[in-house]
Amino acid sequence: MSCDNKHKGMTLIVKTITRLTVGLILLYGLYITLHGHISPGGGFAGGVIVAISFIHLMLAFGREEALRILPKSFIAVLESVGALLFLGIAILGFMGGYFFLDWFSKGKPFELFSAGSIIFSNIAIALKVGLGLFGIFLVLILLKFTSKDEQ
Amino acid sequence: MLELNILLIFMILGAIIALEVKDLLSAVVALGASGLGLCVVFLILKAPDLAITQLVVEILCLIILIRATIKKDLPFSTSGRWIFNTIVSFVFIIIFLYLGYLAIKDLPPFGYPIMRVSQFYLDHAKELVRSANLVSSIILNFRAYDTLGEATVLFASVVGVMTVMRKKGRKKLEEKEEDEL
Repeated sequence: MSCDNKHKGMTLIVKTITRLTVGLILLYGLYITLHGHISPGGGFAGGVIVAISFIHLMLAFGREEALRILPKSFIAVLESVGALLFLGIAILGFMGGYFFLDWFSKGKPFELFSAGSIIFSNIAIALKVGLGLFGIFLVLILLKFTSKDEQ
Repeated sequence: MLELNILLIFMILGAIIALEVKDLLSAVVALGASGLGLCVVFLILKAPDLAITQLVVEILCLIILIRATIKKDLPFSTSGRWIFNTIVSFVFIIIFLYLGYLAIKDLPPFGYPIMRVSQFYLDHAKELVRSANLVSSIILNFRAYDTLGEATVLFASVVGVMTVMRKKGRKKLEEKEEDEL
């Protein structure tokens, strides 16, 4: 692994394969999240897959490339937005009567827009889990190594 | 049941190898084999939700552990009062096995759960929530309060990790180490 800024990250083979696969992994995470009320999966698994796609990008291309796409302040803001969104769905239940009441209109089962507020909860949890785990990875692994390299 | 027992023995062997092997990277790989065995067990027990989550979290843990351990070789300290430690471990293992036996005797047999609350979900969830995935309708509608608690725990842990590992605190620690050197 060379230390030049131009050749940051892994070899050309890994970079080419990553360029092909990272979009598919991200798309699969979004699919698992959005179809959480129809097929197996849900917000947690989808969020972790989204986080893995960004970690994949970061391992192959280096820290700067991943942070250029998703800046660190953006991660912190979106993670908090996920948590607040889930709490907001809970508080929105007061409009119908009590905490966590699901008063959204419910379609037929097995359709994409069905099951009331579950789809919004899945999106909120995916935001929270995905960016939270990506932030933990960023802080725990890569910042440590940069501080060691500087010494 | 036979394949379940084979997988359980495989997982236990993986865990023991992860404990006993001297190389840190081999230990991480053995731990990953144990976790992926658990994923297949969930698939056999017909819980695809859990299998997906277990697979994905296992991969993430493997990446983090390999990135964290591959450049470090932690020293082993096997010397000391090993006789005392072994005796204490055996005493505790025997106590826990006895208490576990007492607890497991009163549980319902494997594969025949008590369907007191779950039967209500199975009967009414489709009309009440209209979600095709019953697991998702339980964790996000009937038991959404639990999920809110889980989200709070995760949020607190992320904030804790970011606070402990932030640049400011680490810089002070490094300066202190340099002063000591």
